[in-house]
Amino acid sequence: MSARTGKAAAATAGSAPRTDRPGAGLDVRGLTVRYGDGPDAPAALRDVDLQVAPGETVGLVGESGSGKTTLALAVLRALPAAGHVDAGSVTLGGDDLLAMDPGGLRELWRHRIKLVPQNPLPSMNPAHTVGHQLAESLAPDRPGRADRTEIDAMLDAVGLADPERIRRSYPFELSGGQQQRVMIAMALLGKPELLVMDEPTTNLDVTTEAAILELVRELVRGSDTAVLYVSHSLGVVSQLCDRVEVLYAGELVECAPVDALYDAPRHPYTVGLLDSVPLLGRTKRDAPLRPIPGRIPDLADLPPGCVFAPRCPAAEEACRAERPALEPAGKDRLVACRRWREIADGDVSARQPAPDGAEEAAPSDGPALRAVGIEKRFETRRGLLDRLRGREAGAVKALRGVDLEVRTGRTLGLVGESGSGKSTLARAVIGLEPASDGTFELLGEPLTRRLERRDREVIRLLQMVFQSSDEALNPHRSVGATLRRPFMRLAGLDRDEADRRVARLLESVNLTAEYATRRPDELSGGEKQRVTVARAFASDPELILFDESVSGLDVSVQASLLNLLDELQRERHASYLFISHDLAVVAHLADDVAVLYLGQVMEAGPAETVLAPPYHPYTEALLAAVPRIDPHVAAARPPLEGEVPSPRDVPVGCPFATRCPRVLGAVCHDEPPPVTVSEDGRHRIRCHIPRDELVELQEPLVEEVAS
Amino acid sequence: MTRYLLRRIGFLALTVLLTSMLVFAVTQLLPGDPARIILGREAGPAALAELRSELGLDRPVPVQYLDWLRGFVTGDWGDSYGTGQEIRPLVTERLGNSLRLAGLTLAVAVPLALLLGVVAAVNAERWPDTLVSVGSLAVVGLPEFVTGLVLIQLFSFQLGWLPANASIPAGTGFLAALPQLILPALTATLVMLAYVARLTRASVLEELQRPYVRTARLKGVRGRSVLFRHVLRNALLPAITVVAISFGWLISGLIVVENVFNYPGLGRLMTFAIDRRDLPLMQSITLVAVLAFALANLVADLLYAALDPRIRLS
Repeated sequence: MSARTGKAAAATAGSAPRTDRPGAGLDVRGLTVRYGDGPDAPAALRDVDLQVAPGETVGLVGESGSGKTTLALAVLRALPAAGHVDAGSVTLGGDDLLAMDPGGLRELWRHRIKLVPQNPLPSMNPAHTVGHQLAESLAPDRPGRADRTEIDAMLDAVGLADPERIRRSYPFELSGGQQQRVMIAMALLGKPELLVMDEPTTNLDVTTEAAILELVRELVRGSDTAVLYVSHSLGVVSQLCDRVEVLYAGELVECAPVDALYDAPRHPYTVGLLDSVPLLGRTKRDAPLRPIPGRIPDLADLPPGCVFAPRCPAAEEACRAERPALEPAGKDRLVACRRWREIADGDVSARQPAPDGAEEAAPSDGPALRAVGIEKRFETRRGLLDRLRGREAGAVKALRGVDLEVRTGRTLGLVGESGSGKSTLARAVIGLEPASDGTFELLGEPLTRRLERRDREVIRLLQMVFQSSDEALNPHRSVGATLRRPFMRLAGLDRDEADRRVARLLESVNLTAEYATRRPDELSGGEKQRVTVARAFASDPELILFDESVSGLDVSVQASLLNLLDELQRERHASYLFISHDLAVVAHLADDVAVLYLGQVMEAGPAETVLAPPYHPYTEALLAAVPRIDPHVAAARPPLEGEVPSPRDVPVGCPFATRCPRVLGAVCHDEPPPVTVSEDGRHRIRCHIPRDELVELQEPLVEEVAS
Repeated sequence: MTRYLLRRIGFLALTVLLTSMLVFAVTQLLPGDPARIILGREAGPAALAELRSELGLDRPVPVQYLDWLRGFVTGDWGDSYGTGQEIRPLVTERLGNSLRLAGLTLAVAVPLALLLGVVAAVNAERWPDTLVSVGSLAVVGLPEFVTGLVLIQLFSFQLGWLPANASIPAGTGFLAALPQLILPALTATLVMLAYVARLTRASVLEELQRPYVRTARLKGVRGRSVLFRHVLRNALLPAITVVAISFGWLISGLIVVENVFNYPGLGRLMTFAIDRRDLPLMQSITLVAVLAFALANLVADLLYAALDPRIRLS
């Protein structure tokens, strides 16, 4: 049975209008939560309603600062000490949760409400076995007496094959996917009426995410459990939920059944969110993304009228004057926007204006970077004892003969699950962890392996932007001082000239010159990442490496950063090596794509070729796992099984053979696959299955999307 | 685990060996000629030379070191320059006294410090926390001889409960010596209490912030069980290391406390040896103290491994 029909069935059975059956499920009304004391303390949630009926899955979406986590914690009665409910009610099955005493709360937590948290590893006690912690969920007072068979049955139900081994393991001995399955098992052991899931797949690989989502779907289907699913990912929510609530700056702005919300969003914020997400099948060549300008307002300084008005393309004078009421806007829908009727009728557009159509990129004139036969071995540490016993030093091969080419003025997207070697490759290019073998050429010149031995000119030409701008920026140094350095050190400019260039640079990343005096802690996450991008561009580099540089940002921030990267590339003809676990982001930005698995390039070529059949079965599996931002498109096939094997024991044959759904047989396991090349020579696949057979077997997985 | 244990023991052996070299080298650098110290100012060159050769001081330094080390390992620690007595019985007796005092101090200080630290952390920013913080800081600010003298004044002179002089004769049993041990142990306790308590407080507070605590609470585990079963298990780990370091201090660094109470521990023997330029005695005491310290750290490492599976299993 497809997930689509399952969800439709659940929708008709469970989707409750907001007013009836006040007793069943979760019912939050008029909830206001403040952090700090006094009536002036900032309210992180204002007058929010939320209903989740038994058997229903409700998604809670919004960017950071929207209040979605505060709402989830308030429902759990687990707000941090500074937070308190100022007004409103929260009931579950008719019982007032806000009135419960500590004893009542314990009973509530034991049997009725369970949480699946975002980060499974820190959410488990490192000093206790997984079995002990599961037992505690069943018998909080005497975990030693918990029923093991029940635990084993639950572990089996969440897809953990060897319950005995899992129970005896400590949390750190499990993989990320296994840890999250354990957390789900822990939650379900209490047979809760309400399951709160707080971004449970956010830090997982796309393939693991797909498997966990499939598991949640299966577990929830046909059960009476009400599920509140908190996520920043519109894709995940569209695949899983019956209804969606959109929060912005602590207020509920839109609430609708999932199909209606995605087909015809009524609130301009929802429209903006959906427009910000890069979709498979809609690339930068079709149209730039439409980010929401500005940033979420400070809770202590909210605008007087509609909270979204300052960023809204449809805002009028009246919107800024008066706060709009949440009003019914169609079947089971609520919208807090004065102009929703005009938006629904198409009389006014709630979409952000499309950024200027980008001019045609200058033609590429050969490779900026060529990697030939790159190998990276990590010697395993050999202690004194091993030496005495004459044990050989082992080596882990993280990269095994990688050939790549980044064209000038173009973007090569590098994808693969964690453990595929993406970041190792980036660190080898930049010289932080020099390659063990093989050559890099920058603009035709061989590149010295070690960063310390590279001359200034090479360092100037080769820059990198890391994932965490917090760690990449010195917190004690102003933005100006950070950006001045490359001008003075690498370009040899004097202080005044450097300052002038810093001002221009800040403008080119859409910040104003006055940002030069600020320190990193005065900036938002998106602004910080702009500064690191500016720093990379300061030395006028030829090639910039981006290692997950837009991951972890809110979608609207990510969208404007992606547009910025594209703009800067055209302007300056810079070349990018862009690493991301997010295939949709890569598909949007990249001109060429390379797919890495266990340190080998499984497939590489122009983006449109890699993202269409024939693909390597691994590429196919990755593409299938990407959650589509469209509730009408269900997950294409069963998600990929298992996890990336350890690079210590790489299979002799095809590295992907152990997980490949299209495995042919012994040949895949025993012989390294050949690399087949397309007629024009630009697309290569490393697979035993001939290209024409792959074409016949495979369907297109990237749908055409209207922009 | 075996691997871990062997590595730790290897480290320990290496540490002790290196310090033994260091100890020997340093005592060589001290001013003064042992032969002259022994024989006095009046001795003639011939007598000095004779004594030097008798003591083996005319041999090359590495030979002297190896000879000394072999002696130490086989139990022949040599004779004291100052008193002519055999060193080993002297040092072992004092070591026994120091161990008693250290043991009693730790038995009082560690549970008390942990308790205070946990109480302060659980009631963070409320009055029990303030009381513990202010109280422990006030005590730690006072030098040992002041607290020692105050305690003597109070418990010996005013109340008359405990003896002021702790100079127990050799061969006294533990129970018989106990009344004399209490005041020195109390003084040492007051010195280390604040440190361990504050460390425990910080460590418990840090653990209380971790997501696994919320997980446990949201399973419906009672507050006290959350604290004992989850938080303390992890929060007390840093205390182990600190206690092991304190143990080293208690064995050989209690010079002031031992002097105030006239307690015959290793610390006082050390001052005696330094006063007399008694090199063999100094060397033996230092090496014994280093050994005790290293062993305490080994025990701490093993405890750590036993309590933290991430160390034990990787």
